[in-house]
Amino acid sequence: MATANDYASDQDVRWCPGCGDYSILKQFLTVLAQLDADPDRTVVVSGIGCSSRMPYYVNTYGVHSIHGRAPALVTGLRMTRPDLDVWVVTGDGDALSIGGNHLIHLLRRNVKAPILLFNNEIYGLTKGQYSPTSGVGQRTKSSPTGAVDEPFVPTALALGAGATFLARSIDRDPEHLRTALHRAHGHAGSAFVEIYQNCNVFHDGAFDAFSNKEDKAVHFLPVVHGQPLLFGPNQSHGMVLDGLVPRTVDLTEGTWSANDCWIHDETDRVKAGILAEMHGEVRPFGVLYAVQRPVYEESVAALPPTETASSLDEMFAGQRTWEVL
Amino acid sequence: MKSEVVVLFAGDSGDGIQLMGNAFAQEAAHEGHAVRTFSDFPAEIRAPQGSLSGVSGFKLQFGGDSVHTPGDQADVLVVMNAAAYKKYQNALKPEGLVLANSSGFDGRNAALAGYAPGEDPLEAVRAKYRTVAVDVRKQVSAALVESSLSTKERDRTKNFFVLGLLSWMYQFPQEQFKSFIRRKFAKSEALLAANLLVFEVGHALGETLEVSAAAPVAKAKPAPGQYRTLVGNQALALGLLAAAEKANLPFFFGGYPITPASDILHELVRHRRADRIVFQAEDEIAAAVAAIGAAYGGSLAVTASSGPGISLKAEAMGLAVALELPLVVVNIQRGGPSTGLPTKTEQSDLMQALYGRHGEAPMPVLAARSATDAFDTAYLAARIAVECMTPVLLLSDGFVANSAEAWKFPSAADLPEITTSRPDGPPADGNPFAPYRRDANGVRPWAVPGQVGLAHRIGGLGKEPDSGNISYAPQDHAAQVAARAHKVNRVRRYYEPSACECGATEGEILLVGWGGTYGSLKAATESLRSEGVSVAHLHLRHVFPLPEDLGPLLRAFGRVLVAELNSGQLLQLIRSETLVDARGVNKVQGLPFTTDELREAVFQNSAQIR
Ligand SMILES: Cc1ncc(C[n+]2csc(CCOP(=O)(O)OP(=O)(O)O)c2C)c(N)n1
Ligand code: SF4
Ligand SMILES: [Mg+2]
Repeated sequence: MATANDYASDQDVRWCPGCGDYSILKQFLTVLAQLDADPDRTVVVSGIGCSSRMPYYVNTYGVHSIHGRAPALVTGLRMTRPDLDVWVVTGDGDALSIGGNHLIHLLRRNVKAPILLFNNEIYGLTKGQYSPTSGVGQRTKSSPTGAVDEPFVPTALALGAGATFLARSIDRDPEHLRTALHRAHGHAGSAFVEIYQNCNVFHDGAFDAFSNKEDKAVHFLPVVHGQPLLFGPNQSHGMVLDGLVPRTVDLTEGTWSANDCWIHDETDRVKAGILAEMHGEVRPFGVLYAVQRPVYEESVAALPPTETASSLDEMFAGQRTWEVL
Repeated sequence: MKSEVVVLFAGDSGDGIQLMGNAFAQEAAHEGHAVRTFSDFPAEIRAPQGSLSGVSGFKLQFGGDSVHTPGDQADVLVVMNAAAYKKYQNALKPEGLVLANSSGFDGRNAALAGYAPGEDPLEAVRAKYRTVAVDVRKQVSAALVESSLSTKERDRTKNFFVLGLLSWMYQFPQEQFKSFIRRKFAKSEALLAANLLVFEVGHALGETLEVSAAAPVAKAKPAPGQYRTLVGNQALALGLLAAAEKANLPFFFGGYPITPASDILHELVRHRRADRIVFQAEDEIAAAVAAIGAAYGGSLAVTASSGPGISLKAEAMGLAVALELPLVVVNIQRGGPSTGLPTKTEQSDLMQALYGRHGEAPMPVLAARSATDAFDTAYLAARIAVECMTPVLLLSDGFVANSAEAWKFPSAADLPEITTSRPDGPPADGNPFAPYRRDANGVRPWAVPGQVGLAHRIGGLGKEPDSGNISYAPQDHAAQVAARAHKVNRVRRYYEPSACECGATEGEILLVGWGGTYGSLKAATESLRSEGVSVAHLHLRHVFPLPEDLGPLLRAFGRVLVAELNSGQLLQLIRSETLVDARGVNKVQGLPFTTDELREAVFQNSAQIR
């Protein structure tokens, strides 16, 4: 049985000590081992950013490309090599700012690849400017008095772009993250996984509410297909749908029970919209949405050939030739 | 016997002018004439009918072996409306003939073309030129009274009526034209019947009109072989596909629509198969980067664009340089900067091709000189990309892209072989695979995912030699910069020795050109030489790196003139690389050189040096 170590390359990992990327790398390598992934058929493709350094640390094929363009590279690779197992690694700036166009087109086409978006709400590699997921008021090197840009909600953006798979997880919950990676890998299509990642240097504690022991229970809403949405210490709370408005209810008062709560159905597009947009104090984690739609590269491969010539010589000749003696 | 004839077709863009011109060109080529064509279409798709901005033009020259260009002043001007005449009234020789569709010269059309009220534009034509006016609309609607076609569809047959008339004038066999019509309208019986009929009526009208059949026109003496006609973008596409097949590689094309490169996308998608994937991306960046992904996966990958689209690909080219993957980047140049002149030709992207990337990022740059040469140059560009593991820039232009020529097509078996640096397996010595270990020509191995034991990581960061592992060490960076430059310089091993078109090795004036100006320079040089002027013509296919034997050849001439459709880009390169005191002959009007312009430049310079 292979281990995570078997999938680690011989390169020194160069993230800051304490960075959330270490945990994500570890879970990724573990998942490769659990999948018994063939290193000769696995390709990890990234853009530019701290997060995008990951391919160098994985002992498979890998490309560290240019800022924001990994989805485009993967589209070309998958169209020509559907036999390969391709993963995308990207950051919030990489995927949602400079590469936003490629991300939405990858998702609408449904190219088969898990997209691991390390969201640290900051530009890490360039040393701490605000990103498209930074909150209004977030003070960074380039927003000393607080950012005024409205942030993207990545899950909502992805769903709007036509994603067939949406998940959210976090660096500090290894088991949850591994489950999300397995599900993403198993999805036939683009599998968008937003991973909350702590940048302890430039935006430390951004996701403490979802990882610190005490806070996590009240903010981290696990969503599991077929199960009611319950959270809080000892599942003290639940989520009900009031029409299309989600509401938190207290299950300890006696008015509400788990049976009244919203049962998660990952194939429900309307409810996926509600979950994807749920971006306040309480946020859903897990697979928010997963449906089947034709995979782009398979549809392309199924297109009828248009070439009528059966050889180069026939192609050169075209429809009408004449001979000069 | 006339040695050549220039015909200029002009009309509304909805009149089927390009089709009419291309059909005539095909027949002329088929009849054994040398043919060169020039499309002059408006940037607007459907400019208001009858307006000046909506005029579309198609010029062709046909005749004997002296034909190298679409010609300058026309012998025959076919005008479908008043606006077309207004636009091209000075493009005709004084003794030329105007064939006018009188229904396009009515009051409404005259007003649309900007003639003053009461002014009769047809009278103006008659006052200036020998004129034959035919009411083409009336002729076709009379011929098609029994047709089931709508009025609009009947009106659209006007172009084949005119072709009928011209085929009578030049005594082209009717049957050839008819088979063209049969292929063209194979899908609609009604359209086929109508176009055949109006063609015949047009032909018959020739007999009764006062136009006499034109004097016979000389034919070319082409080399024996199989021929067809095609346009530059088509030839270029076929060259790329041929290279993929000869190299035994799957083919991938990433594109995003832009004039005048789109026809490459259109042509390639007509040759789609399981091993030929054509991808219309979300933008030019994605088109280029997807191609890099395909190249990484082991395909012969190509991306093509024009003007602004090439600028967008610049960063991706840098990545391809750093990854050292094969990639052909095609630039069909047009007038710039910015949106500029989308439908006009220019050679103003040479500096961009050479230097338009960050860092020291040399790429071989090749330029296609004519429609048929686009096949050979594309094939060679792809071969260099694959065999040298480098992105290559292939330059063409709006003129080459759309010009039609007879092509003596090769037999696939005769095309040069293309080999790859694909390793067979992991190193025999048990050491880890080294993706940046180079061969004697500086070429790295092209291992692709799926190959067992060759898993490796590549990226745009600075690299250690051999392993390609990240390194910012000063000497490693210097070594990689030098290795990439060396590899590109070694591309010179693919060059033929530099030689003038006429074989001259010395003389008074040398005209140097590159790309689509080939025909203009050749025609001007031949006409001057026939008058005893000491001038020769050298045309570069490889603009970067320049051939090593260029300097000595240039120095054998009294004066070197670099003629190009820009303000002197190759000129700068030649001056700096060879230290020859070359002078520029430049034109930046979105139009090719005329023979007279080039002759004039040669006369001026030869007077100066005497
Ligand atoms: C074209 C281009 N513009 C800018 C940069 C500089 N740059 C490198 S990484 C980065 C942002 C990275 O942020 P993110 O994607 O969130 O990754 P993180 O470092 O936070 O993991 C920027 C702006 C670049 N490499 N390329
Ligand atoms: S800057 Fe932030 S994201 Fe980047 S490695 Fe350091 S801690 Fe991690
Ligand atoms: Mg970030």
